[in-house]
Amino acid sequence: MNTMFKDETFRDDFTFSNSPAAIKRFPFPFWEDKYRYSVNIEPHVAGPKGSIYEFPIDIDEHYVADMRDRALVLKEDPLRVQALPHMMLAQWDLLELLMTSMARDYPEHFTLERNGDEWHWINRPLKIENTFRFGNAATLPYEPMEYIMRQCQGDITLLDQRENNLWMDAGIATSQADWSLDFDVGMNFMEWHAPVPLAHQQGVFDRALKFLLALQLGKPVRRLNWTMTINPRLDTSPENYHKWGVDRVTVTPENVGDKVHLRVELQALWRLPRSNAIAFSIRAYLIKLNELVTDLDKARRLHRVLQTIPPELVGYKGITRYLDVTRDWLAKYDDGKPTPVGFLFQ
Amino acid sequence: MIEPAIKSRPVYPGLKPDRCAKSNVVVVDKDGRDAFLEMAKTVDDGFLRKTTVLFVKGPPNGHDPAAPLEALGLVNLWVFPSLETLIARLDGLLSISRMGTRLYAAGNEPLISLVVKTALSHGVVHSSIMTEHRGSLRRRVQCVHCKGITENVTTNPAKCSHCGLMLLVRDHYSRRIGAFQGVCIDAEVPGEIPEIKAEFL
Ligand code: HEM
Repeated sequence: MNTMFKDETFRDDFTFSNSPAAIKRFPFPFWEDKYRYSVNIEPHVAGPKGSIYEFPIDIDEHYVADMRDRALVLKEDPLRVQALPHMMLAQWDLLELLMTSMARDYPEHFTLERNGDEWHWINRPLKIENTFRFGNAATLPYEPMEYIMRQCQGDITLLDQRENNLWMDAGIATSQADWSLDFDVGMNFMEWHAPVPLAHQQGVFDRALKFLLALQLGKPVRRLNWTMTINPRLDTSPENYHKWGVDRVTVTPENVGDKVHLRVELQALWRLPRSNAIAFSIRAYLIKLNELVTDLDKARRLHRVLQTIPPELVGYKGITRYLDVTRDWLAKYDDGKPTPVGFLFQ
Repeated sequence: MIEPAIKSRPVYPGLKPDRCAKSNVVVVDKDGRDAFLEMAKTVDDGFLRKTTVLFVKGPPNGHDPAAPLEALGLVNLWVFPSLETLIARLDGLLSISRMGTRLYAAGNEPLISLVVKTALSHGVVHSSIMTEHRGSLRRRVQCVHCKGITENVTTNPAKCSHCGLMLLVRDHYSRRIGAFQGVCIDAEVPGEIPEIKAEFL
């Protein structure tokens, strides 16, 4: 894919928007006309050309602007990157995974030359070039995870596996849906998922953890998760909630289509070779409802999903204040027809 | 006993003597003292001889709260005026402790939190620490916005003692920070603050 990178913002004047191609490939997460939790994990295998699944790491038209937003967040709040000391090997594993994927799949943008432990990395869109010694953090301007994640879309956490559990012992989060990395670092799978309603009782997390503990090298998996966000804001962190929370009361019947965004996270998990840790990437895709409803099937289905979402989840996802106005606005797209079965994107 | 509301909220199963440990370090406040005294009845003198007790005695009220501990004939009984001074000593003690030392903490939750947090920084596995909650339900709360810790929180919502925001005190708990999470309660409609209730007396 020969991508043109857009010059746009995810804060202040919010100039972010999707091209027609990006609207078409948007990962609409609902495969039926109602909502329910499930252990929706599938192999992270290559999808059709041009789709978000074409490559393991998806670099899209928002790449440069996205990375600029990350740099702004990190400048204000360095605690968005955390790594406990025993995670250094996993950091290098991650750097290798991302550099090799990005250079292989986007050779026009990224180049990696390896000569033993001497690595040479070129990132053309961001105009970055470094020669470093793999395994020696002093030869990079940041620790390996931060170095590569300043150049890769999506947040990431690195999970250490021990005591039959996964421990969030490192990560970087600048575009998270209202959870705090700083607070959650050091927690295990059940603990960091503690605030999630309903799923614990339904056994979702027990099953998911069991599955992930057995995750194999070379067999990554993925799932989609979603929420809604007012304005195309990437940094919806709890740290800054006292600044962006007011956005939620700005939605009116007139501005729904422009303000309300569906936020879908493509979450992928890889077993890492040296550390036996797991890398968990959380890549957020944003789409304003005006863009989404250009596909009637999606508009209709979203309307129906929002009718069936349990109240606990409405509260948890923080959409209480604008749910009604959004549903009313979407109603005009629901012509009562059946929607096609299964996912509505390639 | 504290029931776990959500899965990050720690539970404190109660003190039980580990008779195999080479030495014991016990941290208690006035309420936790009684949990230790009850456990002490079930062990022999040998156990007590290898036990160091760190006691935060709290404000004076006429009685000597350390007296029942002294009556046990402990070799090492250290009495502290405040939790802060106690934790500083614990930190030093753990840095010279050997393998085979068993750690016990009993009392209010801030005390247990700080003992566990301090122990974690010395590489102690949290689940190896014997804990028992006694006394007040007051909480340590970390403001997610300014990251300041507000001590001895008894109400919900509660004011951040650093940045002044009114915080919803959640049950989400971080062992590493040793605190519950506080999140601005009127972020969406500034000034819309629900009734302040004494939830954690
Ligand atoms: C091991 C890697 C994973 C990490 C690091 C992770 C992390 C998180 C975090 C930080 C949250 C937000 C919790 C909060 O509100 O504070 C969350 C929510 C959630 N996670 Fe995970 N998660 C992982 C894997 C999974 C898997 C495999 C599942 C599959 C069932 C899952 C299901 C969920 C669900 C259902 C939510 C609630 C989201 C919503 O309804 O909006 N997670 N996760």
